[in-house]
Amino acid sequence: MSESAPISSSSAPHAPCGACLTHVHNLCVRLGGQLVLDDLTFDLRCGEITALVGPNGAGKTTLLRALLGEIPYSGHCHFHGGPGHPLRRLVVGYVPQRLAFDRAAPLTVADLFALGAGHRPVFFGLSATVRASAGAALAEVDAAHLMERRLGDLSGGELQRVLLALSLLPEPDLLLLDEPQQGLDAAGLERFYEVVARLRGRFDMAVVLVSHDLAAVARVADRVFLLNRSLLAVGPPAEVLRKLENGYSSKVGERKIEETK
Amino acid sequence: MAYLFEFWHQVIGGLPWDWAQHGFVRLALLAVLLAAPLFAVIGTQVVGLRLVFFSDTLGHAALAGLGIGVVAGLTQPWWAMLIWAVVIALAMTWVQRRSRAAADTVLGVFMAFSVALGIMLLSRHGQTKQLLNYLIGDVLSITENGLTGLALTLLITMGLALRWFNALALTGLNASLAGSRGIRVVWMQVGFAVLVAVAVTLVIPWIGLLLINAFLVLPAAAARLLARDMRQYLAWSVALAVAAGVGGLVSSYYWDTPTGATIVLWAVTFYAAALLLHPRRGGPASSVESVEP
Repeated sequence: MSESAPISSSSAPHAPCGACLTHVHNLCVRLGGQLVLDDLTFDLRCGEITALVGPNGAGKTTLLRALLGEIPYSGHCHFHGGPGHPLRRLVVGYVPQRLAFDRAAPLTVADLFALGAGHRPVFFGLSATVRASAGAALAEVDAAHLMERRLGDLSGGELQRVLLALSLLPEPDLLLLDEPQQGLDAAGLERFYEVVARLRGRFDMAVVLVSHDLAAVARVADRVFLLNRSLLAVGPPAEVLRKLENGYSSKVGERKIEETK
Repeated sequence: MAYLFEFWHQVIGGLPWDWAQHGFVRLALLAVLLAAPLFAVIGTQVVGLRLVFFSDTLGHAALAGLGIGVVAGLTQPWWAMLIWAVVIALAMTWVQRRSRAAADTVLGVFMAFSVALGIMLLSRHGQTKQLLNYLIGDVLSITENGLTGLALTLLITMGLALRWFNALALTGLNASLAGSRGIRVVWMQVGFAVLVAVAVTLVIPWIGLLLINAFLVLPAAAARLLARDMRQYLAWSVALAVAAGVGGLVSSYYWDTPTGATIVLWAVTFYAAALLLHPRRGGPASSVESVEP
């Protein structure tokens, strides 16, 4: 049984090679007989931040779940490691919108890393190697000082950065960030995007940022996918923004009404 | 095995107290010492995964299993209880995954069905005394033979619970996050449901099905109030479960009360004390989104 990916303290992160590619071809998802995602074809390149935007119900979360392998889809999803690299399974890092815990939960940041590190039961504590790599990952997101804090005592922004650090172990090929602005104030959000933008240059991975707010992600993203069941527009943020103003918005609106019926 | 029991009887029998002079109390003590840590570990997961009502339903479902076992003429209706509880656990997990109805409604229906079926079958066969035995439980009825089998099963269950502890806890925090780290979320949910069913059914004959869930959940719930991290959480949970188990057993001997109920009253007392010590952390262990303070 393939179980929790091991966290190793093996090496410093690899800067993006520019050659690895996650290739998605003719991806379709049907849920309950309805076509939720219609024939998506796109590439995700390492060192690039792609913002996935669209109205509520456009299928953003469905696409994330398909990339995570949680729901069945038709079409292909391949990962090419670039020339000289053996073909292997895509390692996906995932930052969820939220965790289900109450503020009093006896769970520290170190515990969270222990839970993600494999089978050594969390109450035996972190092994030295996992502690070292967890510390390094936390340092990448300016959160090294949070190691012994309880999750319930963290601010929304701090928790989001901790989750980001967890998703870096093991080093992913593809990092999926699910609507990270939830529960963050403006300053926390700004800081979070700053960190994501910095990580882009430090790790050999592609980043997908899911958001319903194009304006919020326009500054940090290299490319924007405008999604509403199918891909309506792909391009640099400024270009997609312009297209949106020149008519796509009405189309998005129509689809939204149709889907909520 | 017999040697081990003899050793146990000698050690405990050497204690200067009145209760330690009775063989059946010494066996009951051994049973409690085996069951309490297992329940403490599983209980922390039940609370963390918000499955308190789920495990309560499993306890009550045992009634229908007992009824079926009696109707089938089994000398050991316990086996029917076990199989029924596992079937119900799987069915509830399946329905919860497929149905859009609120989880607690679905569980309520399963509980109503099992309890009604159990009462009907048992009373038709004139087994109301058996019914009462299982409702209240009798920790003093344990035999050495029964205890050997139970000890082995408990140890296996404990091993599984520890082996999958991290994966389960992560699944409770966020299923997609767990899935992205290679954990088979569905198997976790199914496996844990079966594990709870087995553990609960094992201990029902001693504690009684009315209160089995309290013994499962209360030590963990109290520990949650006292602990700061996962290590303290587990340590408190085990300590409180063992304390309630041993305290309940010994005091029920002197007070001449049912042991299961006495154990649970101890556990409730511990919970109340924990709440008083940390009133600020009280309140229901609900799933609260993490937001800016």
